[in-house]
Amino acid sequence: MKLSHALFSLGCTMVLATAATAALAAEPLKVGLMEDVSGDLAVLGKPKLNGSQLAVEEINKAGGILGRQIELIHLDPQGDNARYQEFTRRLLSKDKVDVLIGGITSASREAIRPIVDRTQTPYFYTNQYEGGVCDANMISMGAVPEQQFSTLIPYMVEKFGKKVYVVAADYNFGQISAEWNRTILKDVGGTVVGEEFIPLGVSQFAQTIQNIQKAKPDWLLMLNVGAAQDSFFEQAAAAKLNLPMGSSVKVMLGFEHKRFAPPALNRMHATANWFEEIDTPAANEFKKRWHAKFPNEPYINDMGYNAYNALYMYKTMVEKAKSTKLADIRKVIAAGEACIEAAEGKVCIDPKSQHASHEMRLIAVDEKHNVKVLKDYGTIQPYWLGQIGCDLTKKNDRKQYTPSDLPKKL
Amino acid sequence: MFAEIFSFFYQFADVFAFLILSAAGLAIVFGMMGVINMAHGEFIMCGAYVTVGLVHAGFPLPLAQLCGTLAAGLIGVAVEWSLVRKLYKRPLDSLLATWGLSLIVTQGMLLVFGSTLTGVGTPEGSFVVGDYTFSVYRMVLFAAAVAVLGGIYFIFMRTRFGVHARATMQNASIAQATGVRVGRVYALSFGIGAALAGLCGALYAPTMTLIPTMGAAFLVEAFVTVVVGGANVLLGTAPAGILLAVIRTGLNGWGGQIVGQIGMLLAVIVVIRILPEGVSGWLARKTR
Repeated sequence: MKLSHALFSLGCTMVLATAATAALAAEPLKVGLMEDVSGDLAVLGKPKLNGSQLAVEEINKAGGILGRQIELIHLDPQGDNARYQEFTRRLLSKDKVDVLIGGITSASREAIRPIVDRTQTPYFYTNQYEGGVCDANMISMGAVPEQQFSTLIPYMVEKFGKKVYVVAADYNFGQISAEWNRTILKDVGGTVVGEEFIPLGVSQFAQTIQNIQKAKPDWLLMLNVGAAQDSFFEQAAAAKLNLPMGSSVKVMLGFEHKRFAPPALNRMHATANWFEEIDTPAANEFKKRWHAKFPNEPYINDMGYNAYNALYMYKTMVEKAKSTKLADIRKVIAAGEACIEAAEGKVCIDPKSQHASHEMRLIAVDEKHNVKVLKDYGTIQPYWLGQIGCDLTKKNDRKQYTPSDLPKKL
Repeated sequence: MFAEIFSFFYQFADVFAFLILSAAGLAIVFGMMGVINMAHGEFIMCGAYVTVGLVHAGFPLPLAQLCGTLAAGLIGVAVEWSLVRKLYKRPLDSLLATWGLSLIVTQGMLLVFGSTLTGVGTPEGSFVVGDYTFSVYRMVLFAAAVAVLGGIYFIFMRTRFGVHARATMQNASIAQATGVRVGRVYALSFGIGAALAGLCGALYAPTMTLIPTMGAAFLVEAFVTVVVGGANVLLGTAPAGILLAVIRTGLNGWGGQIVGQIGMLLAVIVVIRILPEGVSGWLARKTR
């Protein structure tokens, strides 16, 4: 009796142990996602969540990553940077995610970064931004100033004139982007005739519109952010401001041309790696899959598209590294092998800065709010950080550089 | 020279209209009735959403705006009856309850209508003074703000309902003893406040991005104006609007939007330090 009892328990233990090992082998890969799907930035954040969900669904259906299914853990920080930090800690220490993705504003990214930097977890930032972050933990999927401003600003100066008025959101994105504008303008002989930094949440622009008319610029650089500040376009159109505009965030990110009645976005120009009007076989195929899953999505924006790519980029990296460890993933990046075939074309991660190369196109909005492609620049590498001395293949840096704050020695 | 003077007036009118239209409904609900209505912004959003929805459905804009105003007013009466009525003697609880209502409404709208609505475009044209072009619609907003102040004055000073309302707010029990139907007066006052909030949303809908949290853009200005104005809507709101608009317009023009915003909030601190009962309390003492 006693012996059989012991044998029975032993048997049970063995069955349980085998089951546990089997479970361990197929244990899901945890992806921690932080996207704002409520609050002032919900308009932008919803497509990001959708893009991530679409990619996870497709990858899981095709067998997962290294035979492991992906488990998506999404938290909604509602645009609150304190909540971004809290959720980062929670995803890293409680959920023990294998990779962290997300953040919309540069402020939220800078809130997340120091926390991730203390771990061995890769972090994907999926937005276009003001550039300059040289961080061993961070992989940036969006376009940066050398891809957006270095193409847009010379074009605007040549086409419309040298005098620029800047309307920017008053936080790191707006301030540093305005600095990029000054730096590039100097090279092409342009001048800033006015610069205005607007607190987030401001929605009334009568004074700004009048200041612009007083300064008589040839064109506007619009770096305003968030639903409230977007009210500028409607109010400027009502006051018949009618100036050409350029931006690194309008149209492809916030689809203002879909949200506002024409002609509020007339003469807006932007350089983008993705916009929904892009018309290539790969892009059309991607749009078809997206709209089949999310028929009510008003617009597939640049961030949502990048968020989708981020998961495929992660899949490629992990499969090439045969590991989910940051150090192994970085070896794949350092070898220049982190590339995916995306809807825009081939996208590769630059070894020195861990930023993505992009196919860049110059787009313009007409008075009926149709988007036209004016120029195709082909693939542009994220070269700036590498040029100023950021080299993550040699040194683990953690800093954000700007044109006025370069590394100490070149 | 004329262009400069006119442009200052235009900027002043613009800020004044925004302050007054934001605050008018709250001045009744919070200033007179003492209900700390954190859902004020959501009544504004309601007015805007109904307006835009009806314009998309083919209604002309002014009619849609009227419907937006009425819809907010009716919802206001319903909210008063179901939620606020129980909390007249518990102002802090009214704060919590309306705040909760505001959270539920914004999230509910996000779930039902999505993160944004397509705008309808600002009507009317523009006009030129000197080097500047101005939007005609901003002048319409200014006229509407003045009309709202006139309307409030008329309702509360020249009608039978106004007499009953003022009596009820001063001393509900005595008003009831003299035969005023206090419950109905409260419900109607709250409804008028909500309708004015809806009017604000309806008027600003063609000029703004439409998102479920858009009411938040008005809430700070509304509370600031009402607190500076004090308890008496008729004496307080208009002078507070003028005072704050002059300060803000001057600072906006001189140092940009940030300075304008900081300056206005500093002005509020100074005003409530010197005049704890707001402008209307001070005016009432002066005229006594």
